[in-house]
Amino acid sequence: MIASLGLAALWMAAALAALQLVAGGLSLRGGNPALAGLVRPVAAVQGLLAVLSFAALVIVFWQTDLSVKLVAMNSHSAKPLLYKIAGSWGNHEGSMLLWVTIMGLAGGFVALIERRLPEPTMLATLAAQAFVSLGFYAFLLISSNPFERLSPAAPEGQGLNPLLQDPGLAFHPPTLYIGYVGLSVAFSFAVGALLTREVGPAFARAMRPWVLGAWLFLTIGITAGSYWAYYELGWGGWWFWDPVENASLMPWLAATALLHSASVLASRNALRAWTVMLGVVAFSMSMVGTFLVRSGILTSVHAFAVDPERGSFILGLLVINIGAALLVFALRAASVTEGERFALTSREGALVFNNVMLTGTLGIVLIGTLYPLVAEAMGLKVSVGPPYFNPMGAVFVVPMLVVLAVGPLLRWRRDRLGRVARMLAVPGLLAIGVGAWFAGSGFVGVLPVLGLALAAGLAVASFLPLAGRKLRTVKLPLWGMVVAHFGVAVALFGMAADAAFTTERLVAARAGQTVVVGPWKVFLRDVVPIAGPNWTALQADMDARYKDGPARDIHPQARSFWAPPQGTSESALVTRWNGQLYAVLGEQAEDGRWQLRLWWKPFVPMIWYGGLLIALGGLLALIGRVASDLRRIFAREKIAYRRQRQGR
Amino acid sequence: MNSAIKAKHQRLILVLVALAALIGAALMATWALRSQASFFYLPADMAADPPEPDRAVRLGGMVESGSIKRAADGVTIQFVVSDNKARIPVNFSGIAPDLFQENSGVVAEGKLRADGTFVADNLLAKHDEKYVPREMKDMTAAQARQTVAETR
Repeated sequence: MIASLGLAALWMAAALAALQLVAGGLSLRGGNPALAGLVRPVAAVQGLLAVLSFAALVIVFWQTDLSVKLVAMNSHSAKPLLYKIAGSWGNHEGSMLLWVTIMGLAGGFVALIERRLPEPTMLATLAAQAFVSLGFYAFLLISSNPFERLSPAAPEGQGLNPLLQDPGLAFHPPTLYIGYVGLSVAFSFAVGALLTREVGPAFARAMRPWVLGAWLFLTIGITAGSYWAYYELGWGGWWFWDPVENASLMPWLAATALLHSASVLASRNALRAWTVMLGVVAFSMSMVGTFLVRSGILTSVHAFAVDPERGSFILGLLVINIGAALLVFALRAASVTEGERFALTSREGALVFNNVMLTGTLGIVLIGTLYPLVAEAMGLKVSVGPPYFNPMGAVFVVPMLVVLAVGPLLRWRRDRLGRVARMLAVPGLLAIGVGAWFAGSGFVGVLPVLGLALAAGLAVASFLPLAGRKLRTVKLPLWGMVVAHFGVAVALFGMAADAAFTTERLVAARAGQTVVVGPWKVFLRDVVPIAGPNWTALQADMDARYKDGPARDIHPQARSFWAPPQGTSESALVTRWNGQLYAVLGEQAEDGRWQLRLWWKPFVPMIWYGGLLIALGGLLALIGRVASDLRRIFAREKIAYRRQRQGR
Repeated sequence: MNSAIKAKHQRLILVLVALAALIGAALMATWALRSQASFFYLPADMAADPPEPDRAVRLGGMVESGSIKRAADGVTIQFVVSDNKARIPVNFSGIAPDLFQENSGVVAEGKLRADGTFVADNLLAKHDEKYVPREMKDMTAAQARQTVAETR
């Protein structure tokens, strides 16, 4: 019953998306006003229907309705409630439904509240959004119906992949999806502005909050995903250059570039064509990511679809959407007139540099991610890992971080480096000092030394834009920039410290034995069997002591799930302000000793604190932008009201 | 007039700089990929044409029956990966994945030492029917069937 309602809502949403596309498209060519008036309400209702459909899916998972094939394949009646609900998007069909739901919601929000641009541009934007949505509705309804029924109903479900049975699953995919799909709004704005020849500061100002919002969620999603991989996989690493991770990093890099170029366009009316192009590229990267992750072309915990038909379908959507956008771009690029000019040494110049470097990094990641797929098609099996990504990425990221320290201090249009040199002396000398100190100590690699030096300099430099200002009058977007740039320094420090200072012990220990790792003494008391709701585990009963501090109990586990049968290892963490102790329990050797793997990772949590700071910066900027937009709207309405009274 | 030319120039320079950077990135990437990508070997390939000693590669095959031996330190294991044509001894220190066992498929990441022993720093085993390391997909049908049967 509820499954049927969900399917009906999905069909209706698809039909409304078609209507939205036709009405928006026709009114672009000067159709009648009634048709144009339809577009916004239709977009809003379409979003609502998509939400209803998704709610229906969550309910059938909640009830474990085993007459729905998807539930039978991916859920189990003995699963904790949280994972029943989160399981509704922990599979291919459900996650694609979440995708279109967010897309419909985003389009609905734009339709309801975005009124700053000329109406034809908005109609074109909403039509573009409907065009993209329609493709994904078709994908769901034709080849990935989440509400497909089983007759007779299955006696019991097959369960959810244990790796996914983690609170992280409840939040990680929706957060990332809001980011991925939020970028579709930037894509639609770019297409809409191109079609109606409205590429200018007003377009950038209207698009910017949407990009900020999507970027914010992407940042949080990537940060959370990295932490999840860190503690769940039990390998002690926080980034594996796994294609799936890269799939989320690529749209983030493009969106970061887009944010910065949009701010040039909004304040200085320059970089018009480039900004529009980035709007298209950012969402294209989201779709490339979805294709990589969902097509089954890669094998990972994220690849649910193994049906080649689905892969080709997504690839088709990707080609159609990107192709159509590039076609519009090619046809209208000539009409995008040149923006304002600027000297190379200027805020614009620094931001262009940032954009080129981010795009270069994006290129490196894209090539490294696609190369194994291309090579395999030619019969060569390779994998590409850190030895490629780390140095190649650094070639672009390091110069970008240097300019990041300088750029925010420069004036728009034209400036001299001499003017800011004195301010930069402190962070510059600090960076050189830190670099020389660690390089001299000799036990740290080149990249970690560079990272530590840059992090130190950047941490100071990120606050320089506040110098000489009254802190109380500093506007929120500027605070946002300062906090986000400081976050970059903090995250970089965490990454470099982890690479430089981690100590690791791999031992076989008897109960009653103490293992020393870095400044920690870890005492293995015993290993005991325990049982959870749908698993059993061997749990190590240990206590960890930092230097001569108090002992803290830790309990790493080796878990065995029975539906489906699979083992996972649950690491145990002890977090201090200056780092983390990471413990994993392995198997028992014949002589009764237990394998233990222990890491002391100084300052590693800074990576994720930095990520959160970057997101916080985005949030501050977003609040600042939205608040000033609201103030402007209020002021305009007040003036209109006064005029009306005077006219009377 | 003069400023118009300048404007065009500036745009051109920006475009050229960006293009140069991107082409440079692409060239560097291809060069780095050629030297840094880690290739996949079957035991027979590795025996016939061994990789250079300090090069990171991946070795995939079946863990030979009765070959897993534990060293006295309790954390190092030795085993033989074979494909019925060649046998490569492997050394691994660490916590082996849960489904790592004899007569079942494995992909080892690491380097081949000059003495012919493969030193693995990571092992990937088949997790379940839904997750198979990419390389294992192409094992012969018999091997795959055996793998599935053994690990079910």
